[in-house]
Amino acid sequence: MTADTGQPIIDLKAQALFCERDDRVLFQQLDVQVGNGDLLQLAGPNGAGKTTLLRLLAGLNHDYQGDVFWCGQPMAKAYPDYAAQRLYMGHLSAVKKALTPIENLRWLTAAWCMSDEQLWQALDAVELYGYEETPCQQLSAGQQRRVGLARLALAPQGTGPAPLWILDEPFTALDKAGVAWVEQRLQQHVESGGAVIITSHHALEGIASLRQLDLGAQA
Amino acid sequence: MWQWLVRLYHRLGSPKWFYEITEKWIPWLVVVSIVGAVVGLVWGLAFAPADYQQGDSFRIIYIHVPAAILAQSAYMMMAIAGAVFLIWRMKMAAWVAKTIAPIGASFCLIALLTGAIWGKPTWGTWWVWDARLTSMLLLLFLYFGVMALHQAMESEDSGHKASAILSLVGLVNIPIIKYSVEWWNTLHQPATLKLTEKPSMAIEMLIPLLIMLVTTYAFFALLVILRTRNEILLHERKRSWVKKILES
Amino acid sequence: MSLVGATVKRDFLLAARNPGEWLNPLMFFLMVAALFPLAVDPDPKFLGKIAGGVIWVAALLATLLSLDALFKADVEDGSLEQWLASGESLYAMALGKALVHWCISGLPLTLMAPVLGLMLNLPQSAYVALIASLAIGTPVLSLLGAVGAALTAGVRSGGLLLSLLILPLYIPVLIFAASSVYHAGIGMAYNGQLGFLGAILALSMCLTPFAVSAALKLNLSR
Repeated sequence: MTADTGQPIIDLKAQALFCERDDRVLFQQLDVQVGNGDLLQLAGPNGAGKTTLLRLLAGLNHDYQGDVFWCGQPMAKAYPDYAAQRLYMGHLSAVKKALTPIENLRWLTAAWCMSDEQLWQALDAVELYGYEETPCQQLSAGQQRRVGLARLALAPQGTGPAPLWILDEPFTALDKAGVAWVEQRLQQHVESGGAVIITSHHALEGIASLRQLDLGAQA
Repeated sequence: MWQWLVRLYHRLGSPKWFYEITEKWIPWLVVVSIVGAVVGLVWGLAFAPADYQQGDSFRIIYIHVPAAILAQSAYMMMAIAGAVFLIWRMKMAAWVAKTIAPIGASFCLIALLTGAIWGKPTWGTWWVWDARLTSMLLLLFLYFGVMALHQAMESEDSGHKASAILSLVGLVNIPIIKYSVEWWNTLHQPATLKLTEKPSMAIEMLIPLLIMLVTTYAFFALLVILRTRNEILLHERKRSWVKKILES
Repeated sequence: MSLVGATVKRDFLLAARNPGEWLNPLMFFLMVAALFPLAVDPDPKFLGKIAGGVIWVAALLATLLSLDALFKADVEDGSLEQWLASGESLYAMALGKALVHWCISGLPLTLMAPVLGLMLNLPQSAYVALIASLAIGTPVLSLLGAVGAALTAGVRSGGLLLSLLILPLYIPVLIFAASSVYHAGIGMAYNGQLGFLGAILALSMCLTPFAVSAALKLNLSR
C-alpha cells in the first residue's frame, strides 16, 4: 500500500490490549500506534512484558485480548500483507551454524528476491565480507548476530524491502562499533519514512522521533 | 432454539456452572453404578444361561465388552473435547479431555486383561493375536501417547493443545488401524472363534450385558465428573466461589 | 522465491554438509536387518519368509531415528519464528519439510532395500513389491513422523516420546506393506495392499500438514 509520494504507508494500531502471564497482568487497556517515521521503544524492567508486546504487535503472539489493525484491517485478515511489509528480528538469530553467512542471508531474505551482489553489499556493511568459505560455526556470537542484522543494510536508499522493522534486543552481543552502526541505520530508516518498534535495555539517544512506551508503569 | 444453544455453550464453558450442576448428579450416578453393578454382575455371573460352546468362562464378557466399548467411546470423547478446546479455547474442554485419558486407558487395560482371562480357558493361551485384542492393544498405546505427551510438555496449556492435536490424529487413524488389523487377522486366522456372540445372543444373555453397559457408562461419567471437579478446584482456586467452598 | 522453497533448498544444503544425518540411519537399517539372522535362525528358507517384515520393521526404526531432528534445530535457532513471521503457509512448509525428510531418509532406504533383500534371502518375485511398498510407504512415514516431530520439538529427549507417539499410527502402513511383500513372495496378488498404501499416502498428504502446522505453533516461546 503506497501513498501518493510512492512511499509505503505504515499504519499499525492496537487498541485495548490486555495480556496476562502466570496470573500476573502484564498490561491492560493499552493502546499503541505506529506510523511512518516513528521509532517506538518499549521500555521496562525484565519480565515487564516488552517481548510479549513486541511479538503481539508482530503478529506472533495470539494470547491476548484486544484488537490490532494494520492499515485499517484486522490483523488476522491483513496478516499476509502485513508480513510482506514487516521485518521481524527476535532473540534468536535463525542462523544455521553449518552454513556460510551468504547462504544464511539468502534464506533470511528469500521473500525479497535480492541478488547476490546486493547481499554481499549488505554483508560488507556489517563487516562480514570475505567470509565466503567460513561456516557460521566458526564465527563469534557477535558476528553471527550481524548476519541477521545485515538485513537492515539492504537498500540504504528509501525504506528498503520492509518499511516496518520490529526488533527484539538488536544490540545483543554487539561491540561499540556495531552498536553505533545499528543506531545509525535506525535513524536513517526512520528519516526515510520507515518505522521501527524496538525493545532494548540500551539507551537510544539523539533520534528525533523517538517515543518510549514504559511497560513498568503499566501493570 | 438458537438462543438456548448459545446459552448452553456458555454454560458448558463455565467451570462454576459445571461444578454446581454436577453436585446434584453425583449421588444419582453413585446409586446407578452400585445398583447396576450388583444387578448386572449377579445376573450375568450367576443367573444367565451358560454359553453352549464356552460354558461358564464366557461370563467374563459382562465385564470385558462394556469395558471395551467404553475404552473406544472414551477416546472419541477425549478427541472431541480436544477439538472443542482447540477451536473455541474452552478451558473446561481441555480439563475434561485430560481427565478422560487415564480413565479410558484403565478401561482399555481392563478389557485387555479380561480378554486374556477369557482366552486362557477358551484357547489355552493368555494372549492371542485376535483382531479385537490387537486393536485394543493399539488403542492402549494411543492412550499412553496422549498421556505421555501431556506430561512431557513444559506448560500446561501446550500440553493440552499437543494432546488435543495428537488425539485428533489418533481419531482419524483409528478406523484405518481397525480395518488394517482386522484384514491382517483374516489372513492369518481363517476360522476364529469370535470373542462375542453378536446379535444372535439370547435375550437372557443380552439384558445383563446391557445393564452392565449402562452401569459402566454411569461409572465412567462419575469418575470423569469427580476428577474434572478436582481440576476445576485446582485451576480456579483464586476465584471467590472456590474459596468459599474450600472454607466451608 | 518463497520461503518454503528457500527452506527446502537450505535443508538439502544442510544435509549435504552433514552427511551423518542421512548416512547413519542407513547404517542402522543395515545393522538391524542383520540382527535377525543372528538372533533367530540363518536358515535361508526361514529368512525368506520373514524377510519382507524384517526389512519393513528395520525401515520403520531407521526412520524414527532420523525424525527427532526434523524440527528441533528450527525451533531452537529461531527459524520457526521466521516462518511464522513471513506470513507464508505453514501447511506448505510442513509438506516441504516432509519432502526433504523423505529424500534424505525414505528414498535412500528404498534404494538400499534390495541389498537387504539379498542378505535375507527375499524371494525373487518379491523384489518389485518390496521397492514399490517402500516407495509408497516411506513418504507416509515421513508425513506422520513430521506430526510427531512437530509435537515433540520442544521436549527434552523427545526422540523416545516421538517413537511412542507415532508407532501406533505406523501400524497400518506396516501391515499392508509387509503383507504385499509376503504375498508377492508366495506368488499371490498384492495390488490391493499397494492400493491401500496409496490411499493412506493420499490421505496423509492432505491431512497431516494441518496437524503439523498446529503442532509447530505450540513451540513458539512466549
